Amino acid sequence: MAVEKEKLNWMYRNMLTIRNFEERVAELFAAGKCFGFVHLYVGEEAVATGVCANLRKEDYITSTHRGHGHLISKGGDLNLMMAELFGRRTGYCKGKGGSMHIADVELGILGANGIVGGGFPAAVGAGFTAKYKGTDHVVACFFGDGASNQGTFHEALNMASIWKLPVVFVNENNFYGISLSQKRSMNIPDVAARAASYNIPGVVVDGNDVLAVYEAVQEAVKRARSGEGPTLVECKTYRYRGHFEGDPTVYRTEEEVREWKKKDPIPRFETRLSQMGIMTEDQMKQLRDEISNQIEEAVKFADESPWPSPEEVLDDVYA
Amino acid sequence: MRKLTIRAAINEALRQEMKRDPDVYVLGEDVGVFGGCFGVTAGLIDEFGPERVIDTPITESAIVGSAVGAAATGLRPVAELMFMDFVGVTLDQIFNQAAKMRYMFGGKATIPMVIRTACGAGGSAAAQHSQSLEAWFMHVPGLKVVAPSTSYDAKGLLVSSIRDDNPVIFVEHKFIYDMEGEVPEDLYTVPLGKADVKREGSDVTVIATMAMVHRALEAAEELSKEGVSVEVVDPRTLQPLDNETIIESIKKTHKVVIVHEAVKFAGPGAEIAAMIADEAFDYLDAPVKRVAAPFTPVPFSPVLEKEYIPGKEKIINAVKELTA
Repeated sequence: MAVEKEKLNWMYRNMLTIRNFEERVAELFAAGKCFGFVHLYVGEEAVATGVCANLRKEDYITSTHRGHGHLISKGGDLNLMMAELFGRRTGYCKGKGGSMHIADVELGILGANGIVGGGFPAAVGAGFTAKYKGTDHVVACFFGDGASNQGTFHEALNMASIWKLPVVFVNENNFYGISLSQKRSMNIPDVAARAASYNIPGVVVDGNDVLAVYEAVQEAVKRARSGEGPTLVECKTYRYRGHFEGDPTVYRTEEEVREWKKKDPIPRFETRLSQMGIMTEDQMKQLRDEISNQIEEAVKFADESPWPSPEEVLDDVYA
Repeated sequence: MRKLTIRAAINEALRQEMKRDPDVYVLGEDVGVFGGCFGVTAGLIDEFGPERVIDTPITESAIVGSAVGAAATGLRPVAELMFMDFVGVTLDQIFNQAAKMRYMFGGKATIPMVIRTACGAGGSAAAQHSQSLEAWFMHVPGLKVVAPSTSYDAKGLLVSSIRDDNPVIFVEHKFIYDMEGEVPEDLYTVPLGKADVKREGSDVTVIATMAMVHRALEAAEELSKEGVSVEVVDPRTLQPLDNETIIESIKKTHKVVIVHEAVKFAGPGAEIAAMIADEAFDYLDAPVKRVAAPFTPVPFSPVLEKEYIPGKEKIINAVKELTA
């Protein structure tokens, strides 16, 4: 598969941005700068990156509680994201949402979601709008292995399939719903097998291989744009950190984590980029420094931003 | 003026709004050729086709949730939930998604959608097809709750609900669908958040909703023969609630009875009574009375159901307690 150089560069930059953002948020959370529940995407960067590399600005995504990677990949502003995590007035949601509720409707980001499986029907609705209005917009609906056991999964995939809606259901299978392993939460090895119930394609890919994700989703997006309906793409991946910041992760072994880290999507892609002659080690280092500075700017922006004034609690309940 | 049933008035509001605004569409179970379980969407599919009058599978979360997504991306869906009792199946999509998106997103999302749903007991449909659950939604910031009692109000309020940029729960009492009333042929709106005095009086204010408005009017008529003058106030929308009209009436009568078909405990009347205690205590000459269903599920047998549903006699008794 020939992927243009510019896109490969974007993928690398995007994965680094997510990794750097998330690792910095972990520190900031420990330091008490961000609050509430924070679910980090470290280790899963290749999924959001490979998916969103196929999307246009006017396409939509629905996200999850583990949403930072999706938002960054769809073009979310780092300063506004960080300020929201800090609970500041300048944040994406003016300090009303926090990590689990960041949205940017202008960018097609229909919101992270605090309810597991809560975003499936909205993704179908955005797909419905595309069909109703006769646009060729598509929707990428991110969800975890745990969410695929919710009733909304079934309702949404069924509706999207009978109406041939342009939705790509992207399962990020990180093998745990909080502490419960996939083996104990479903009786099948592949979430993608569930596609058979809706007579739609179900594809399994290595979710730590950004190009594999890109390629699989490219097919699914093509199918969606041409009116052939939804696809279920399962990306096998792993979260390095706990379910939330503060999770003691007593439910998995260190050995398991070590094994997954050997398959880390970023070094793997770096090797590919060098092999393909896209980027030298120096260029990579330069990019890493650049992104690190960008994240520090976001932290500075957030830290220097004003808090909301207490009376703002009443704003924006109704339109 | 021309008379229409409430059913036909709602149908006309849908038809005229769909004609006016191509972004308005209807979805729900059996709303197409079947015309809706209560016949409210009859004929719409002939005029607007299956692209805009959409039969869904029996899938309440996807009906409401897809409407949320469509509304967030520029359409104005009107979803029908066949029976209000079914809201439990899709509650997350209503109260965690539709209601909260705007606030959670810092005012950056707009969710202009309507959920029409049929409430009310009276047909031996028992505990899962008869409930009046409007108080649940009054309790959720971000939702509006509309509950019409007449054909005129039903049409005008539905038009306003469709044009409103917030999620609206539009509650239709299924046993007044056949009631007729005057309805202008032209499009018009009845504003949300504005109560209506259905009958003027000077001795006691009766605040009643939906079917109970009619029971209250019957009670008022009967009481007038005994020299008791009852004012009947219909809030028409329960969220936002028109405190002002209610208080104005109490300033005149100094006595109030609240009537609804929902159960009394934590029902809509509890909030209305609390509001009156907060804001109109000085005008009251007697305790606030409530006439509502007992704290039980809706029973099946006609004998039990009749006992369950508040009727004219109970309203008359409550008024007499205040005027004795």
